[in-house]
Amino acid sequence: MIATALDRSTAGQVRRSFFRTPSVIPGFGLSFGLSLTWLCLIVLIPLSSAFIKTAGMGWEHFDRVALSERAFAAYRLSFGAALGAAAINALFGLLIAWMLVRYRFPGRRVVNALVDLPFALPTAVAGIAFTALYSPNGWIGQYLEPWGIKVAFTSLGVLITLIFIGLPFVVRSVEPVLADLGQDVEEAAASLGATRLQTFLRVILPALLPALLTGFALAFARGVGEYGSVIFIAGNMPYRTEIAPLLIITQLEQYDYEGATAIATVMLVASFILLLIVNLLQLWSRRFMVH
Amino acid sequence: MQRVATTESSLARWLIIATGLGFLGLFLIMPLLAVFTQALVKGFAAYTDAIFELDALTAIKLTLLIAGISVPLNIIFGLAASWAITKFSFPGKGLFVTLIDLPFSVSPVVSGLIYVLIFGAQGWLGPWLAEHGIRIIFAVPGMVLATVFVTFPFVARELIPLMTEQGREDEEAALSLGASGWQAFWSITLPNIRWGLLYGVLLCNARAMGEFGAVSVVSGHLRGETNTMPLHVEILYNEYNFVAAFAVASLLALLALVTLALKSVLEWRYDYSGRGSEH
Repeated sequence: MIATALDRSTAGQVRRSFFRTPSVIPGFGLSFGLSLTWLCLIVLIPLSSAFIKTAGMGWEHFDRVALSERAFAAYRLSFGAALGAAAINALFGLLIAWMLVRYRFPGRRVVNALVDLPFALPTAVAGIAFTALYSPNGWIGQYLEPWGIKVAFTSLGVLITLIFIGLPFVVRSVEPVLADLGQDVEEAAASLGATRLQTFLRVILPALLPALLTGFALAFARGVGEYGSVIFIAGNMPYRTEIAPLLIITQLEQYDYEGATAIATVMLVASFILLLIVNLLQLWSRRFMVH
Repeated sequence: MQRVATTESSLARWLIIATGLGFLGLFLIMPLLAVFTQALVKGFAAYTDAIFELDALTAIKLTLLIAGISVPLNIIFGLAASWAITKFSFPGKGLFVTLIDLPFSVSPVVSGLIYVLIFGAQGWLGPWLAEHGIRIIFAVPGMVLATVFVTFPFVARELIPLMTEQGREDEEAALSLGASGWQAFWSITLPNIRWGLLYGVLLCNARAMGEFGAVSVVSGHLRGETNTMPLHVEILYNEYNFVAAFAVASLLALLALVTLALKSVLEWRYDYSGRGSEH
């Protein structure tokens, strides 16, 4: 039995492969073939259909739909609100990650678990909940109404739901890096006479920056494409509170598949650029952590 | 002195905790409370009526069916992809990992749209499918496809960092002792990764049951036919039937809370931190 096992393992090592590095572990063909096929069928071919459809539609139609004034208003709202929400999340997400990693207080574990709520709560549920809270007679809306602040059915409502959606991305990106950060550098800074604030700004923050930016970019990317939670609170008025994903739905309902695809392609290109930035940031942070 | 040097004053500490908890209270706790309060605002009888109504039950069944198909499909894919990625070295591995993550950065609406472009009436395969009487768009198969797309990375994403950390030695030892590849997988790899796998499955299932945008595009909103729970919530809400909308929504909120609770138990009990996950 040992002989056959040895035969098998040496055979595995000897067998030359022009593609992969030889290994004694079997199953490369099956696992790689299966996952690559599945990836192509579910993700790559369907996604490429959007680009092929757009390429075949002609510039004039593309220009009329995807570069129209209405479309630009929708891009501005989707990207602007997502950017604002990601910035607010970067600030509060950092604060919450700090609180969870550095401090011990009653209920910390429950709070820690709840941070992931936006990942687990269906977006439609979040959408109707925020609309109920911020409508003029809602729990929060009724106190804002006398001040003339309208949240529901305005772009402010879009911002608030996107803050909800993006929060865990920042917290969960920063948390592990903060936990791994040795306190020795802080002690060194303090022993050299730095105040606590100086230590934070000059020593801790630079080390957290790559993770913080990654969280920011992930929250931003998610916010740009978000649909379910936003449509309930946004009011969906063309030119004013209409987000880009909703404009795709509007085109679909008018049976303008090419128009819908054109807007989708603009959004896909934007999200691929964001994905590239996230990957570059992660590459940078890995290099950063080594030095 | 050293302790003082690397910590904040108690006032700053108190302020940070108060701000953090206040922010979380405003953005996480309040909406959660709103869902349950609005659902029960007309009493428990109205609540149960909304849930045990025929269309609601059909929506619950369809949600379970779609999750029941798409989650196992993604488990198989996740296992195969992470086996290929972590047990072998091949060129283009980084690209492969990035492509697996791709669905996370695509808007849910676009995720649904791309399947309409292929299988819809005006799509590439539309005429052929119509000839053969096969319905994919505005029917369950399309909704399953869209769900598989949006939940595509969940399992693989949990398993890849975990299996990379565990290395190949255990499997190599088993193989050198005469185990077959499948034996090594079932009795070495799978027990090693079971908590990570469960973690990925939990998140995958929560998203599969709660997905709205992608499923909405391919569903056609046929009441009692192609309505999942989140779509049913939208319909009830748009009909101003708020109690019923929040009642169905409260079931989904409970699902989210159970998911979070199980996830926390996994993290505490088995020291599985799930650090590979950002989703």
